Amino acid sequence: MAKDKQANSYSVVLFHSTSGALMAEKLLKKEGIAYKIIPVPRNLSSDCGVCLRFSRQDESLVRKALAEKVEFQSICNL
Amino acid sequence: MKKPSAIYLDNAASSWPKPDETWQAMEHFMRSVGANPGRSGHRLSIEAGRILLEARDALAELFGIDDPLRIVFTRNATESLNLVIYGILRPGEHCVTTSMEHNSVMRPLRALEQKGLEVTTVSCSSQGELDPQKIEKAIKKNTRLIVTTHASNIVGTLMPVDEVSEIARSHDIPFCIDAAQTAGAYPIDIEAMNIDLLVFTGHKSLYGPQGTGGLYIREGLEKKLEPLMRGGTGSRSESQEQPNFMPDKYESGTPNTVGIAGLEAGTRFCLEQGIAHIRAKEEGLTHMLIEGLGSIPGVTLYGCGDEKRQVAICSFTVRDLSPSEITMQLDEEFGIMSRPGLHCAPIAHQTIGTSPHGTVRLSAGYFTTDEEIAVAIEAVTKIAARSHNQG
Ligand SMILES: Cc1ncc(COP(=O)(O)O)c(C=O)c1O
Repeated sequence: MAKDKQANSYSVVLFHSTSGALMAEKLLKKEGIAYKIIPVPRNLSSDCGVCLRFSRQDESLVRKALAEKVEFQSICNL
Repeated sequence: MKKPSAIYLDNAASSWPKPDETWQAMEHFMRSVGANPGRSGHRLSIEAGRILLEARDALAELFGIDDPLRIVFTRNATESLNLVIYGILRPGEHCVTTSMEHNSVMRPLRALEQKGLEVTTVSCSSQGELDPQKIEKAIKKNTRLIVTTHASNIVGTLMPVDEVSEIARSHDIPFCIDAAQTAGAYPIDIEAMNIDLLVFTGHKSLYGPQGTGGLYIREGLEKKLEPLMRGGTGSRSESQEQPNFMPDKYESGTPNTVGIAGLEAGTRFCLEQGIAHIRAKEEGLTHMLIEGLGSIPGVTLYGCGDEKRQVAICSFTVRDLSPSEITMQLDEEFGIMSRPGLHCAPIAHQTIGTSPHGTVRLSAGYFTTDEEIAVAIEAVTKIAARSHNQG
């Protein structure tokens, strides 16, 4: 049950700018990690209009894919 | 591509024709995308943002740059050079440059000189060649920038940028290369050449449209480099201060996305053809020009006379004829497009000894054919012979 809940919940990775978000998009695509570009939710502070939403269970994959390739602000749970 | 009826030998001013991909990418943006990049999360805005990123990626690949976000887009080489010169130099500091520079370097420097900047203009030979040792000798305690062209826009002579960058590195002074005449036409590798600041323009050998250009900034240098303009970036909008991260620090206002779409296509065209292939072709054309123009009686050819040490630009004069008269005859009688005069580089003409009247410049591009060069050489031969008979 707990595992199921995690499978259905999302996190987002926030960037300084759209360029950063779009660079990250290419990296996630390359690694085959599912994501969606969404407007930054209002309750999360951010510098830019869009962020990448992904399945929370993929967080370590996302961190690995982006590490040292593109600077991101933070990863937040939705 | 439809070959134009005019023989276009003014590629050093703006290349033409362009690959079909260039205008097709621009048409695609205008018809199907159109939105403002980085300003919203809707799909068209994101698509516009992707075009900018793809263009940075293509340029990063061409110049061997790891992080594409270290490339800033500007309107042209002139804006990039102003950004560097005004962004780094302060009154009381010192800048080293050469006597072969374009006015896009000299005019900002002369303006800052009025405000207390010190400028040393290292003199080059009458063939436009730079002795790098002279750069080293010109360096002072307060030298904060070395800026040189990569190739002269008048005689095409390549500068010894590898040696100069080594000198700059050993003195810990930023080195800015004006690659207006080489980007897309001659190999450039940011890491191998230790380049701190690379200025390029989109409308010459990168086969993009006019109104596009940019600047590569080595990591860390953005801390020393003030932006030329400040304003909306779509990022950090809650703040009234300019963002300090790349590339937004230097990219205020809505960019020329349609132009950059064309620049991406032009750059990818260069990558597909391969710089080595483009260079080999242009060396061949340059060889024909040097051999042909150099052997016409009454014609004086300037430059180093060696296609291996220059880009595809040749400057000449004809005894008793003014450059503008020759350009007019080339156009009206032979359909050949050339450029007369000082080519926005009066100091370079002083250096090669052609001030104040200048020269006629013929500049080839990737789409120039051997036949076109042959026709141009024949035309100059006729013009020179005619003027000699009259004189
Ligand atoms: C050596 C050199 N530097 C700078 C420029 C300026 O380029 P742009 O007109 O694209 O600003 C040119 C060309 O005009 C050039 O040949």
